[in-house]
Amino acid sequence: MKPAPFAYVRPDSVAEACEILAADEDARIIAGGQTLIPMLAMRLARPTKLVDIVRLKELRGIRSEAGAIVVGAVTRQVEVERSELARGALPLLMKALPYVGHPPTRNRGTVGGSIANADPSAEIPLVAVTLGAEIEIENSGGRTSMPADEFFIGAMVTSVMPGDCVAAVRFPVWSQPRLGTGFHEVSARQSDFAFVAAAAQVALDEDGRCIDAVVGLGGVGDRAQRIDVSALVGQDVARFPVSELIRSATEHLEANSDLHVSADYRRRAAAALGARALEDAIAEARAAGGVVQ
Amino acid sequence: MKVTLKVNGRLRTADVEPRKTLLDTLREDFLLTGSHAGCEHGVCGACTVLIDGEPSRACLMFAVQADGYEITTIEGLAPAPGELSVVQDAFCETHGLQCGYCTPGMILSAHALLEHNDAPTREDIVEAISGNICRCTGYGQIVEAVEFAAERLRKTNAPRNVTGGSDDEPSIDPAAEAGAREGGVLEAAATRQGGRQ
Repeated sequence: MKPAPFAYVRPDSVAEACEILAADEDARIIAGGQTLIPMLAMRLARPTKLVDIVRLKELRGIRSEAGAIVVGAVTRQVEVERSELARGALPLLMKALPYVGHPPTRNRGTVGGSIANADPSAEIPLVAVTLGAEIEIENSGGRTSMPADEFFIGAMVTSVMPGDCVAAVRFPVWSQPRLGTGFHEVSARQSDFAFVAAAAQVALDEDGRCIDAVVGLGGVGDRAQRIDVSALVGQDVARFPVSELIRSATEHLEANSDLHVSADYRRRAAAALGARALEDAIAEARAAGGVVQ
Repeated sequence: MKVTLKVNGRLRTADVEPRKTLLDTLREDFLLTGSHAGCEHGVCGACTVLIDGEPSRACLMFAVQADGYEITTIEGLAPAPGELSVVQDAFCETHGLQCGYCTPGMILSAHALLEHNDAPTREDIVEAISGNICRCTGYGQIVEAVEFAAERLRKTNAPRNVTGGSDDEPSIDPAAEAGAREGGVLEAAATRQGGRQ
């Protein structure tokens, strides 16, 4: 359980980090290291060089910006958990974070690290896809951004190219007063990798009609995905057959089998947890002030 | 690479390969073997240390990344040589350890929890130690130990300072040698070596 030798550099800026990464294809970024170091220890990854970006101030912090909360890539997961700003504006992310690893790994693990790692069962990528977040990427050409749905390609595969550095995640903020969220997952042990995870966010008008609804699933296939719940929009949620909607939306999902659970189990769990997450979100939105604020 | 780390209040330097984990550096270079090497890939929690007061896995950080942080190991918890911290003592009282392998990690996780929550619920405790595996499966007594420590800390809401100084000052064992304070008096191991005979 000892990593193979590598060189270690700690650049002073993102620009310098990108330069180093562009010059050496086998160099890798390290931030919190909570997934990378186990992979190094098991020698599943053998980079020539680790480029440590975790102390770059330009990549740290949580700020509010035109209808979005922008979380710097090296912001630690625990910092988001403790952030008043995130608590008020990103209720779905707040509900998902306690499922991310364990408290000690959240103390070091970063938001951008979880995004860049792109584990199919990871909660932060699931929330990013569900909410339609934008991933900001920096390289020698400057900063660009890309929808989360395009960023994630497959299991541990993203659109990041050599010389690229994930710089921030831009989560859209829903401003409707009657907002509800739901998050559920099933795993072998508490805080272990999810076999299936489901996230939902719903906004209602004062009459209990759905203004907007999103549901995302993680752990089912190679990447987190949104399912189509647009039929709910405009409907009175109290009378809507939520579980049937989710069941038909998940029926033909591509699902993976592994030594833990079968593809069939994943589809069934996706239907059940998806419905539960959406029902929770609806219940929470209905309880959130009967009158418009 | 040369690294200077602040461990238990004291600066220490080691010459390490970049691939050497903080855990191995603590154990091999600084001889602080209270942090245990279990799985060495971030699953078991036996190597838990506090980094700026937050429990973290010493096997999931390289020593070259660890400069500038306040690192606390189990050796840094006892208030004075021969004494135990409230949490350590509670683990003894309630038989919160069997083989002892997971204990340093359990105690540091519990210590960090009680630093910001002196009345944790059972769920808070279970969550706080959820990243620490006890292969003796003695979780019942471990949770009891943390509950007991929390109760004691709530009751003894008084300065715990053997020299009777202000609460902000580190407690100094009266028998410790002069200069022990600069040497990191809160670290029992160091002061003990320092000549309390």
